[in-house]
Amino acid sequence: MPYQLLKFALSKKHPEPAFFRQPAELKPSYDAVIIGGGGHGLAAAYYLAKEHGLTNVAVLERGYLGGGNTGRNTTIIRSNYLTPEGVAFYDASVKLWENLSQELDLNLFYSTRGHFTLAHTESAMRTMRWRAEVNKQMGVESEVVGPDVIQAAVPELDMSCSGHAPILGALYHKPGSVARHDAVAWGFGRAASEMGVEIFQNTEVTGLDIRNGRIAGVHTSRGTIKTGKVLSAVAGYTPRITKMAGFDTPIVIHPLQACVTEPMKPWLNTILVSGSLHVYVSQSSRGELVMGASLDPYEVHATRSTLDFVEGLSSHILDMFPFLAGIKVVRQWAGMADMTPDFAPVMGKTPVEGLYLDAGWGTWGFKATPISGKTMAHTLATDKPHELIHGFRLDRFRDFELTGEKGAASVGH
Amino acid sequence: MTLRLPPQPGEWIDRATPVNFTFEGQAYTGYAGDSVTSALWGAGERVLGRSFKYHRPRGLMSLANHDINVMLEDGTAINMRGDVLPLARGMELRAVNTLGGLKGDKYAVLEWMAPLLPAGFYYKAFHKPKALFPFWENVIRRMAGLGVMNPQAPRGEAIKQHRHCDVLVIGAGPAGLSAALTAAKKGVRVILADENARIGGTLGYDHAGQPTALETLARLQSEVASHPNIELLPAHYAAGWYTDHLVPLVGPSGMIKVRAGKVVVAMGAFEQPAVFRNNDLPGVMLGSASQRLIHRYAVKPFQRAVVLAGNDQAQRVVMDLHQAGVEVVAYVDLRPDADCTVIRQLGIPIYLGNCVQEALGKHAVEGVRISRWDGQGHPDPDTSMTIACDGVAVSVGWAPAAALLYQSGCKMRFDDAAQQFVPERLAPGMFAAGRVNGIYGLEAALEDGERAAREALGLATGVARAAETGSSHPWPIVPHTANKNFLDFDEDLQLKDFETAAQESFDNIELMKRFTTVGMGPSQGKHSNMNAIRVLARLRGEPIPKVGSTTARPFFHPVPLGHLAGRTFHPERRTPMHDWHAAHGATFATVGVWQRPAYYGTDKAKAVEAEVKAVRHAVGMIDVSTLGKFEVHGPQAGELLERFYTGHFVNQRVGTTRYALLLDEAGVMLDDGIVARLSNDCYYVTASTSNAATVYREMTRRLQTWGLEATIVNLTGSYGGLNLAGPHSQSLLKLLTDLDLAALANGGVAEGMVAGVQARVINVRFVAELAYEIHAPAQDIARIWLALEEAGRSVGLKPFGTDTQRLLRLEMGHFIIGQDTDGLTNPLEAGLQWVLANDKPFYLGQRSLKLLAEKPVSKRLVGFMLEAPPATLPDECCLVLRAGKIVGRLTSIAQSPTLGQVIGLAYVASEDAAPGSRITIRHQNGRDVVATVVPTPFIGVAP
Repeated sequence: MPYQLLKFALSKKHPEPAFFRQPAELKPSYDAVIIGGGGHGLAAAYYLAKEHGLTNVAVLERGYLGGGNTGRNTTIIRSNYLTPEGVAFYDASVKLWENLSQELDLNLFYSTRGHFTLAHTESAMRTMRWRAEVNKQMGVESEVVGPDVIQAAVPELDMSCSGHAPILGALYHKPGSVARHDAVAWGFGRAASEMGVEIFQNTEVTGLDIRNGRIAGVHTSRGTIKTGKVLSAVAGYTPRITKMAGFDTPIVIHPLQACVTEPMKPWLNTILVSGSLHVYVSQSSRGELVMGASLDPYEVHATRSTLDFVEGLSSHILDMFPFLAGIKVVRQWAGMADMTPDFAPVMGKTPVEGLYLDAGWGTWGFKATPISGKTMAHTLATDKPHELIHGFRLDRFRDFELTGEKGAASVGH
Repeated sequence: MTLRLPPQPGEWIDRATPVNFTFEGQAYTGYAGDSVTSALWGAGERVLGRSFKYHRPRGLMSLANHDINVMLEDGTAINMRGDVLPLARGMELRAVNTLGGLKGDKYAVLEWMAPLLPAGFYYKAFHKPKALFPFWENVIRRMAGLGVMNPQAPRGEAIKQHRHCDVLVIGAGPAGLSAALTAAKKGVRVILADENARIGGTLGYDHAGQPTALETLARLQSEVASHPNIELLPAHYAAGWYTDHLVPLVGPSGMIKVRAGKVVVAMGAFEQPAVFRNNDLPGVMLGSASQRLIHRYAVKPFQRAVVLAGNDQAQRVVMDLHQAGVEVVAYVDLRPDADCTVIRQLGIPIYLGNCVQEALGKHAVEGVRISRWDGQGHPDPDTSMTIACDGVAVSVGWAPAAALLYQSGCKMRFDDAAQQFVPERLAPGMFAAGRVNGIYGLEAALEDGERAAREALGLATGVARAAETGSSHPWPIVPHTANKNFLDFDEDLQLKDFETAAQESFDNIELMKRFTTVGMGPSQGKHSNMNAIRVLARLRGEPIPKVGSTTARPFFHPVPLGHLAGRTFHPERRTPMHDWHAAHGATFATVGVWQRPAYYGTDKAKAVEAEVKAVRHAVGMIDVSTLGKFEVHGPQAGELLERFYTGHFVNQRVGTTRYALLLDEAGVMLDDGIVARLSNDCYYVTASTSNAATVYREMTRRLQTWGLEATIVNLTGSYGGLNLAGPHSQSLLKLLTDLDLAALANGGVAEGMVAGVQARVINVRFVAELAYEIHAPAQDIARIWLALEEAGRSVGLKPFGTDTQRLLRLEMGHFIIGQDTDGLTNPLEAGLQWVLANDKPFYLGQRSLKLLAEKPVSKRLVGFMLEAPPATLPDECCLVLRAGKIVGRLTSIAQSPTLGQVIGLAYVASEDAAPGSRITIRHQNGRDVVATVVPTPFIGVAP
């Protein structure tokens, strides 16, 4: 039995310290302010403190820590992207993920399961080949596998998908993993807090103080603070922040929904994605099936659920696993996905000096959590974009130098 | 031992129909109408399940569909809830999640390790050393989870139905019955749903010793049953609320999706457990559960009971128990003052201002320890005493079943007097009645139901609800140094877990939920959220309204995937010639929803080669009925196309066709097709098979936004088409038509009779230098096909499929959008400058292309040949490298039967785009293959 548990049990009182200090008041000024207490914002705070010695930092969260898309995604981590920029970026993220539990001393349940993107058509097979070749070229473990390999990994899978969409092959990505999403925010928050970063929940940003094109401060529901550097890491709320800052991005908000079943004993040991069936599914450590599908096809700035989403998803899941018909869905929810035209994020500097953007994550922000934190911290501290995020700069839309990641979307969005 | 009572008025069981079943290998008999739990309890069983984390013995808690203590499996179905699972003959059931059976569950050892396993324990261990985590993860995964899924379980076919009604009333207790009848009598259509097999709610089981309410129930029941405006749906639960009052009602055999004008939520309230040590011991149950046992199932809940009270409801429970012959050995009231006149007359010992500190016993209740307390969680140990008993009925408070109200956006407030959340501001079209409003008591509930219905019908607005009469104890929670006082039975969460969580910064209700997992189990917090909120409020030193509650998301009760999916529905489209293809040995490919012949025969390589040969040297014919086909009519039809596609169409001459390229606003190629001008104000437009729906949708959308005077008619399904290609195509077609085919050269179009059928003939060169596309109404096209087959026999006509078509077009050097382009490809890269009419003021994507035109084009689509092809050709999408960097990819590759060469298309660096350049392709096997850029078309232009 692990030592930490024994230590806990043997102590008479609960000796566990608080995860984060919760200061009562905002200071009048900070060296940097991070808007958004999700995984990205907290990771940026952590790396600012750890790698750049910047500890006079405030993280402002409108609700509670990790309550946005950090706590709403389906926790898949992978680096099998389509563009060299995307692959290099997510590969660096996976490398950070692999040691993150130890680095943060919090068990994030980082579980490497292997990730199959199923192809049901010749055209999907071509895309799998493309991704596999780009991945291999970039040193990422991906390969195109045939139905035999898939069936061996998931004997329960109906390879004909109930006769409607026979599986021709898959892109297999061995490093594909899942992690406990909430813990990621808590782990980064705790570590940042220990180094001096101040975290404020229930604190809403109401305006930006911009003077002569430079950020000078942030207005919040708890008063105004001065700062020369602001990072916006607010995912679906990005348009509200950029509106305050007075510039536009091509980001549009679409709902992305997911659902979870009652727990059952483990049987699904890999992560399965089917673009044609618009499904991704994995089994959590608690035994629930965590399932998602494609984006809702319209812009909505809300987190309401729809019935047709869960009906469609259920139908497709049963094509793959007909025996799950009696398994019950317990809960469904939605997040606001900040989509960009080329399906790659927007990271780096903005038209407002001192204001930095970490946005446009669409459907894959979770897997980027550590690397986005690290590269945004670098960008904030040095005022120079980290080399890994060059392909994600906001200017690329103006300059038509897009980073086309649509083909790597987990399901056809 | 049987604990069946003599027949009870209104009981649900049918004593004439005994039902045999087994549980954990033991044989039992219950009655039709029993739930599994009631049958087992009636047979004297106490341990019916094991808890999720510590594997503590568990019995019966609520009988109200949130009783996750009894989760069953039968080898096929898992996680069935015994408290609501109707007993059926021959069931072979066992408890989920045990090791070695329920009685001797070896996992029970975990209880000894409980101090090691506080809330969130798994975050703090197992990750060091890193190498051991996979081992621990495996252990944890196997311990977690509930039932064992059976991969052979049947898919089944649940039925989905749709209903519309003016008023949907959810919950057929007194408030719901009253609301439904009030509305129905006003002449509107009402659906009344209740999750129980029988309607009536509390009318059926809460009698306080005198079943007089059954008369009211009988009257309401017959009124509802006979009212033509009411559709009654018992055994259907409302799974959630969705925008515009869409409410799925889930029943045993399927799901009814109700779209309601107004919704009245009369779903009642969940009785809440008290928190004390061993409050989960079999024999401790909710007061309402003991009443349900008695009146629904005629099962005596206990022999000697202690009743723990926190409100006046408890005395009604005492009287029901007393009437059923249970000896109530103590009435323990958390409150110091309560009017106990009635039960005092029964001679029951009364302990006011006392709490139950703990329940005693190993596998079932053998007694309780009570003591005086201050009502705030501080028992006085000096006053403690034990009382022998075999059960504890707990009535301390309620939580409203307000999930649907929350989902619809209702704002709730916490009512201090009732100690319950009640609606403050309802969403439009939503109404609440009865206990969800904090209104208890039969008369008050009937009145509130009527009020809600009248408001829903607009007959009364702003009528004040009656005052809340419910009462819940503000702090039904007793700490204990030895813990095991459970707040959440699903997740085995004890009081101290919440203290730990708060101390560790998780003192926000949502964070606490996520850290402790309170409310995340199968019952979704129905019995745990309220107490968790109370505990958190106290830990934070703040009132309950400041703490708030977690978001209530669908579903109210879990819904099986099979019910959500309904029957499998996968539409498949077939062309008018489908049967002919099948009869002629076609191997079909699925293209979107269409079935298309890929080639004719079983040996793909041989078939394709023969089909290519026919087209190149004689004549071939392919079914192209799947193409998108639209007519655009009207004075501004040309203008619409002029803006929609990149070329010129306003000035297009009648009888000609033009290539049509569609871009998105970023200049990315979306689709291509042909525009044929049939008359001054009529154009005929084709789109590729896979993009037909998208093109139609976009064109329709643009027509709306641009407000042009034009009409689009989608003929995709009502027109068929075929393509006749090859050197003999013209001479063959001439046999069947009087149209002047020679005049159609270079992309002409003509309408006329072909094989006695009115058709459109278009000269296209996609697969061969000489080819005609013939389009005709779907019911007629097969006549042309058959006539051509007949007439073509002598000149070697062969049908060909899509695989052959791909090869033919590649030989012609034509790209396919989607295969040879991707989500970013623009026409400059694809070499399509010639179709961009940049002299016109606007077309979709033009602005972007103007910007792009000022930048160097970094990659270009070119044709290539492999001089020394490897044994296995590189796959399509293998990369093109230049000095070790990715510059592009090959998009099409094939052995050309016509040329005897391997040819293909690829994106290469612009520097390498000139014919003769050498490019490097990285084969999927890791080796490099050198290719030479060549001009296209690959084959000679002369037929």
